[in-house]
Amino acid sequence: MKIKNLLKIACNALLLNKKRTILTMLGIIIGISSVALMISLGQSSTVIINNQFSGLGANLIMVSNVRKDVMGVVVGTENMKNMKLKDVEAIRKRARHIAKATPCVTDMEQIVCGSHNCPGIMMGANTDYLDISNSKIEKGRAFTIQEEETAAKVCILGQTVVKSLFPNGENPVGKEVRFGKMPMTVIGTIAEKGKNMTGDDYDDIIITPYTTVQKRLLNIDYIHMIMASATSEEVSADAVEEVKSIMLQMHKIKPDSDPDFEVSSLSQILEMIGSIMAVLSAFLVAIAAISLIVGGIGIMNIMYVTVTERTREIGLRRSLGAKNKDILRQFLFESAILSLAGGIIGVIVGLLLSALVLFAFNMGFMVSITAVVVSFVVCATIGIFFGWYPAKKAAALDPIMALRYE
Amino acid sequence: MNAIIKIQNLQRTFEVGSEKVHALKGISFEVNEGEFVSIMGASGSGKSTLLNILGCLDRPTIGEYLIDNVSINERSEDELSTIRNRKIGFVFQNYSLLPRTSALEQVKLPLLYNNTLSDKQCHERAKQALEQVGLKDRMNHTPNQMSGGQQQRVAIARALAGDPVMLLADEATGNLDTQTSYEIMCLFQKLHDKGKSIVFVTHEPDIATFTERTILLNDGLIVKDERVETRSARQMLESIN
Repeated sequence: MKIKNLLKIACNALLLNKKRTILTMLGIIIGISSVALMISLGQSSTVIINNQFSGLGANLIMVSNVRKDVMGVVVGTENMKNMKLKDVEAIRKRARHIAKATPCVTDMEQIVCGSHNCPGIMMGANTDYLDISNSKIEKGRAFTIQEEETAAKVCILGQTVVKSLFPNGENPVGKEVRFGKMPMTVIGTIAEKGKNMTGDDYDDIIITPYTTVQKRLLNIDYIHMIMASATSEEVSADAVEEVKSIMLQMHKIKPDSDPDFEVSSLSQILEMIGSIMAVLSAFLVAIAAISLIVGGIGIMNIMYVTVTERTREIGLRRSLGAKNKDILRQFLFESAILSLAGGIIGVIVGLLLSALVLFAFNMGFMVSITAVVVSFVVCATIGIFFGWYPAKKAAALDPIMALRYE
Repeated sequence: MNAIIKIQNLQRTFEVGSEKVHALKGISFEVNEGEFVSIMGASGSGKSTLLNILGCLDRPTIGEYLIDNVSINERSEDELSTIRNRKIGFVFQNYSLLPRTSALEQVKLPLLYNNTLSDKQCHERAKQALEQVGLKDRMNHTPNQMSGGQQQRVAIARALAGDPVMLLADEATGNLDTQTSYEIMCLFQKLHDKGKSIVFVTHEPDIATFTERTILLNDGLIVKDERVETRSARQMLESIN
């Protein structure tokens, strides 16, 4: 029999029992829509998280201190004095995959401007910091090499600080502010970067030459952290290894003992988050898939009922010249159409739901091609898998018995 | 005369548990093209078994059955399906129509299993068949909108649509009242006049008299095979009205 006719017969049979068809499809609709919802939500949130972190610069590499046991006393990282400027120099000169590197020294004091004040986080760095951290100057300018060398009392403000100190919208550039006891001149502001999902506010920052923090605020010769950027995101892992070996040499640490530093890269973090998200969404999809199996069993059940109900019809068709495979296909088509129609509706419902959820949380919605493709493949498989035994049973019926069936 | 059915020493044995039941114990007969034959017998006489074999739904245990000079003994299931589709037109006692399906679609059904026909040919043939049984104006009616006689006419049209070499009727008047039975027999006689070969299985002697030859089965053997004087169903109809 021609495929077109088979399709027609299967559709007619399904339409003859509309209520039953819809109820059977419902199982598949619920299953597929929850799978589609989970896949879509999982993908969207992974993309959103990636976007948030790449606000920092996706090839960012950080070298930070590790807590260390010094003769029985565990020293906090902020008090460790073993990271020096020469480490930065070594990384900058010797690491092939590193484009730029900056020493970082931080200090926290209240920052005051006129009658307004707020807690300020001071980030002392060199002139490469803005590039490394993927920050853009909005107003004014960045500080110069000369200002870095002379430990100039200049600073660049993040938007959160700008909003706290200049709530009326005046231009901060050129204004005098006081960080703790030290007066400084605002020479620029940084364009807004937003918060990431852990609540870190990239705009709550004051940037100044590291020399200023070292000499004028803290009176130290060590640094707290090194930030660097890999030449590209792809070589980020290699860059991490390079930096590690350079730091081990610089700090004269034997390869088998614990280092006093830690090198991490943003792409490592992103990978980690990615794998956590993957496991999480796989778990959710697996739960959703259970409802799909239940739906499939529903199809199988109803197909068995249908075959029994239509035993006489099967006998009649056989007597009119239908071959075994014609009968098999007829019922297989019925279950496949049932499942695919449920799948189409399910995908639409699932994507609508995920759009709703994403809009409710103010996140961008995107149609997940994976969700759609996976859903259809799964549907067709379910329809054929769960329809197979009932159809086989129908095809195997003895035409004589089937014709006499009451 | 060209024989469309040749049956030689046909036996059919069923195994029920350890027991062997001989339903047909060796029968032989021929049906020529254009003949109108009735097969009669009480229940248990082997009538249904013979019908199943004649309809290529079953195969003989021993013996030969040729339909249109094709032996069915060595045929596969699929080949038997094709023979049923092309050579045999079944008419059942209970009409065996699909529920909620129009007369035209019912008649098209056997044609759909014939891949050599185009959609247009199917449609034309089905229409012609319905016209032949006088249901030209009932094409889009579903079974529940038709009387028993009309439903049986649709079934006959369905049997005719594939242009088979033989119509095989199984108690085709069994569910109908006398007048409607005569109407249906009238239709069969008309088809016979046009040259159709018809094998009519029945247990009603009254109905068998409308055919031109009666084969009587008893206990798996042919006890009588004789030409009878054919009554005209039309005249019978006129006489009761």
